[in-house]
Amino acid sequence: MAALNQPLADVAAELTGSAAARRPGGLRASQRRRLNAFRYLAFTLFGLFFLLPLLAMVRFSLEGTRPGTWSVSAWTQIASYPGPPPLLSSIEVTLELAVITSLVMLVLVVPTMIWVRLRVQWFSRVMEFICLLPLTIPAIVLVVGLAPIYNRIERYNVSALMLFWAYVILALPYAYRALAAGLNAVDATTLSEAARSLGARWGTVMFRIIVPNMWQAILNALLLTIALVLGEFTIAYLLTYVNLQVNLFEISRSTENAGVLFSASAATLLFAFVLLLILSYVGRRLRRGRP
Amino acid sequence: MEGLSRHYGTVVALDNLDLTVAPGELIALLGPSGCGKTTTLRLLAGLEDADTGRINVAGRDITRLPASKRDMGMVFQAYSLFPHMTVQQNVAFGLRLRGVSAQQRNRRAIEMLELVDLATQADRYPHQISGGQQQRVALARALAIEPQVLLLDEPLSALDAKVRAQLRDQIRRIQLEVGITTLFVTHDQEEALAIADRVGVMRDGHLEQLAAPTEVYSRPATAFVAEFVGLSNRLAGVVSGSSVTVRGRDLPLVDLSTPPGPVIALVRPEAVVLSSDSSSESGPLVGTVIATTFLGATSRVTVDLGDTTIMAQLSTSEASALPAGSRVSLAIRPDPVLVSGESQVADEE
Repeated sequence: MAALNQPLADVAAELTGSAAARRPGGLRASQRRRLNAFRYLAFTLFGLFFLLPLLAMVRFSLEGTRPGTWSVSAWTQIASYPGPPPLLSSIEVTLELAVITSLVMLVLVVPTMIWVRLRVQWFSRVMEFICLLPLTIPAIVLVVGLAPIYNRIERYNVSALMLFWAYVILALPYAYRALAAGLNAVDATTLSEAARSLGARWGTVMFRIIVPNMWQAILNALLLTIALVLGEFTIAYLLTYVNLQVNLFEISRSTENAGVLFSASAATLLFAFVLLLILSYVGRRLRRGRP
Repeated sequence: MEGLSRHYGTVVALDNLDLTVAPGELIALLGPSGCGKTTTLRLLAGLEDADTGRINVAGRDITRLPASKRDMGMVFQAYSLFPHMTVQQNVAFGLRLRGVSAQQRNRRAIEMLELVDLATQADRYPHQISGGQQQRVALARALAIEPQVLLLDEPLSALDAKVRAQLRDQIRRIQLEVGITTLFVTHDQEEALAIADRVGVMRDGHLEQLAAPTEVYSRPATAFVAEFVGLSNRLAGVVSGSSVTVRGRDLPLVDLSTPPGPVIALVRPEAVVLSSDSSSESGPLVGTVIATTFLGATSRVTVDLGDTTIMAQLSTSEASALPAGSRVSLAIRPDPVLVSGESQVADEE
């Protein structure tokens, strides 16, 4: 009766007020629960989508001569698979290519990017265009352009290591993007002016002031380059060089379901993953004390 | 600096600037954005090249020397500490480039950090200290190399008001203690007036006035200086002889060579004295309070005189006795005033 006698507006205000007091917190909590549930579901589904084939590959690599049995022979064969050429030699060539490509990439691109940023800013757009161009060019077209050059140098009996020039071009967009992100995170202009006002020359500015603040970006560029070289097949195959992926392809053509295919692929992935962990750890150590 | 000019395409950043800084002096360059004050500093530092003109430091022509050889210490507006070095390493960096031994470097770095009261932060990284502390470290770093000239490019603009005031006073104390010739660029007139030996007000690439702070404020050389430094009331007046008549009052002129005739007199708010007027009599200096702006210890009272408005600066306690709507009578203190021709004012507007 008291509620009925109360003015209607007061009752409405009381009800909506208490509901409003509950609603913001209540809805937010349930929204948050739904969002978390969606995140976990999406993570699980996509995780399975990526992980299941990898797990299957690892399982196949540990398969024995009879289905359902286990054996590490496919893994031991990585070092001893005769080929031709021997799998181990193509692994060595690929790793050497990864190192050479990374070094050439960093030596060419890092100083150039810093110099353009500090001294020739108007050129940065042009540089960006050039560096990103290989993304738009299909590998087959790249090969058509590179083939005459490689045909000429073939007469000097050069090894597959000469592929590093092609791989530098191929890795350029990825390395550029990683390095550009690192350079953008640093106020390079102010730091360089501060260093110069203290007596630093341009070399000191670049390598003792700017580069130490780009280590994470450099490591990222390194990782991307190495991962690209480890997985590259098209250019090497079309230019008739033998790297790891070409060798695995040849093995698959000659021997169906060869266990060493799966073990070598799994080893490559594992290597890239371990490298990522190492570079992340190194990056954290280098960033010690920094934001 | 003699005849310094700098153009960016068609834009004139500096126009034939002449500026002499005495040893141990602190000159503040003050002006609006785009007036050329930072360009002046950057030319002096060697971070940019002048199109024409010369720069001499201690009798030596350094116009064509690169920045790394000019022996100048510079503190920037943006935080410029090297993120990958500790505070001590930052301060010691310039000494390291000069081949100073590690022991001497560290001693000098600690000495400089003690000068700016940051010796306890020596092992921290820049991101671990506050903005004000970072600028103090930047100052220590600039002084560590014992430069001939210290250049400060709006070092306080990124800081909050209270820290800015503290650091401003500290910079001045250190500058006097070390006795270093200093050029300080700022757009904040309070900073410039508070710490400089002389203030140079710049506009469109040239110096409008270079004088002691009190002179720049109380005897501005041009209408621009009068209006940029502090506030000014613009009141119509007539020049006759050595005075200008403003609303029935004769006020002495700053520039005695002003020709007779109608002018606009620039009267400081502090020169206007208000008193409550209970009578209904009107007059040239009787009006109604229309607004009061609280500024802390002082307040600015705006009075409607009928044909114009005038601002007066009073203590807050005095201003509180004159609420909006009060009738007040005004008096103008006979301080020297700057005048400008009406057409000149129109051009400047």
